[in-house]
Amino acid sequence: MSSHHESIIREPLITGTDITYNKITEDVCAPVERMPSKAWWIGFTVAVLGLVLWLVAVGYTFWTGIGAWGLNKTVGWAWDITNFVWWVGIGHAGTLISAILLLFRQSWRNSINRSAEAMTIFAVICAASFIVAHMGRPWVAYWPLPLPNQFGSLWVNFNSPLVWDVFAISTYFSVSLVFWYTGLLPDIATIRDRATGLRRRIYSILSFGWNGSAKTWQRFEAVSLILAGVSTPLVLSVHTIVSMDFATSIVPGWHTTIFPPYFVAGAIFSGFAMVQTLLLIARKVLNFENYITMAHIESMNKIIILTGSIVGVAYGTEFFIAWYSGVQYEQYAFINRATGPYWWAYWSMITCNVISPQLFWFKKIRTSIVASWVLSIFVNIGMWFERFVIIVTSLHRDYLPSSWAMFYPTWVDVAIFIGSLGLFFTLFLLFLRVLPAIAMAEVKLLLKGNSEMSKRKLIADGHAKVPEGFTNRIVIATTATIKNDKKDE
Amino acid sequence: MSNIKYILGHFDDPEVLMNGIDKLQKSNIKIEDVFTPFPIHGIENKLGIKRSRLPIAAFIFGITGTITAFSMVYYMLVHDWPMNIGGKPAFAFPDFIPVMFELTVLFCAYGMVFTFFYVNHLFPGRAPRVMDLRATDDRFIIAIDAKTNDVNAVDAVLKDAGAVEIKHNARKYISYDEE
Repeated sequence: MSSHHESIIREPLITGTDITYNKITEDVCAPVERMPSKAWWIGFTVAVLGLVLWLVAVGYTFWTGIGAWGLNKTVGWAWDITNFVWWVGIGHAGTLISAILLLFRQSWRNSINRSAEAMTIFAVICAASFIVAHMGRPWVAYWPLPLPNQFGSLWVNFNSPLVWDVFAISTYFSVSLVFWYTGLLPDIATIRDRATGLRRRIYSILSFGWNGSAKTWQRFEAVSLILAGVSTPLVLSVHTIVSMDFATSIVPGWHTTIFPPYFVAGAIFSGFAMVQTLLLIARKVLNFENYITMAHIESMNKIIILTGSIVGVAYGTEFFIAWYSGVQYEQYAFINRATGPYWWAYWSMITCNVISPQLFWFKKIRTSIVASWVLSIFVNIGMWFERFVIIVTSLHRDYLPSSWAMFYPTWVDVAIFIGSLGLFFTLFLLFLRVLPAIAMAEVKLLLKGNSEMSKRKLIADGHAKVPEGFTNRIVIATTATIKNDKKDE
Repeated sequence: MSNIKYILGHFDDPEVLMNGIDKLQKSNIKIEDVFTPFPIHGIENKLGIKRSRLPIAAFIFGITGTITAFSMVYYMLVHDWPMNIGGKPAFAFPDFIPVMFELTVLFCAYGMVFTFFYVNHLFPGRAPRVMDLRATDDRFIIAIDAKTNDVNAVDAVLKDAGAVEIKHNARKYISYDEE
């Protein structure tokens, strides 16, 4: 698979000149095996404070009811559903990396899929918490399930996208979890075989007795491929169905056929931004710079610019269709978005989602770690505003001008949102402590064909020639060394 | 020498390992199993491992999900309690598709993964049947039954094939209980 040599003009996926199979194990296991660093404790403390805030705010909501939020009879969905869609969207990048890029044989996914999938699972947990919270009465959260009930078995309405959403989100969470955990088994076994005492016992239970025999690996590969095959349409269906929550309504601004592809592109866009936000820091703090390289950062930035541009085209298309449809309500909804009382939200969205990611066309910017991180935060903000704009500005001025209203969040709205970030980061930081954040087995696959060492060796042995004027960083460095060596001779 | 149960040939490179398998097979030495830190492409053909039938299982589980979802929605919306929604037909098949799709994926994924766990005897708490701890780190290990083979001959072939280390184990699996 990867023992085939890859063209030297492709950027290597593992940098460094002293990488062995054992070093990969050591490097990836190090954060799990050493005591937590100061940086981790600081991050974890802040995250837990956020988690406490979340518990307080959600508890207060359940105690007093949805009246604790800033909703009114015109704006019945606001930050709750904004946050829900935002979190689900973030989750999509994990599945894209683990499933779609596997089908396309993009081996740069190998070192980032594990943490991106973890991100998916934690993001979907955050999203689900908003679904439960916005029901107001969480003790009847089972009502959307098709269960026989005391109303003479009046079943749930399967014509409703909200019911589809229940199935989509729960399937998505369950399948992501099983995909992630199956992939973890070989790596948990690695930790198990290095550990002693109680740690060995715990990781032994978690490893399900994995032993890496030829037959196990063969079946494992079959399972991975099919899980990727079913997860790919699954992830597309999830945000499609989320978008149908809006698109099948008759609210101007929601009632558009463009929603499914536009939501899916936006989800991947925001998800990759969150992956960047997390991994640019994690690779530095955990010393993963040889495995999550500039090539990875650049690839992700390229996906961000692609999906960001799709989203930009979608914004334009929506406006055009609103005008072209000749429907006054639709036209008003869009003009109101851009120029009404929520103009600032709309233009924040445009700035962060359409304009700023275009900076990634410059190679200097998309290969700058600081710029990538800052722009990833912009995208996160922009995509939150996108959902806010779609939800709140479409609702706040409905068909009846006498009921037009504004939405003002209460402290509970704000606290639940900030708290959900605390929940997310608490889970993510715990993950970094106890499980290998890079799929070791998959990265080891790349060592012989796609690493800097293997490419340098190809050039040094004279098996590959560097094309004239080619600007791959490693290639330039290597040719320079060879030339110097020749001079010395 | 009589208490040797298994001979383990350690290799540090997957390509050398593949050559090693060839050489052992040429010398008519039966390979018990091979343990590696990551999947080796093409090894199943060499070892004569049959193609996995998990994809077939996955398909059957998936189609079970489709049928389950369709039957459920049909029973609830069409048979048991049809609702009059603006006079539209109760059997609105396009609306059934999202749930049918989701349950197809759910049944397929869980059915296949649990079949995988079942056939490989993977479950939480199972004692790992590992012959050498480095097989999950950086060594590619060929295990050969010492009872049915001549130990010296096997050692010679392994050494010739480029094994970096040869171990003679008195017991089959590593005990995870001893410290």
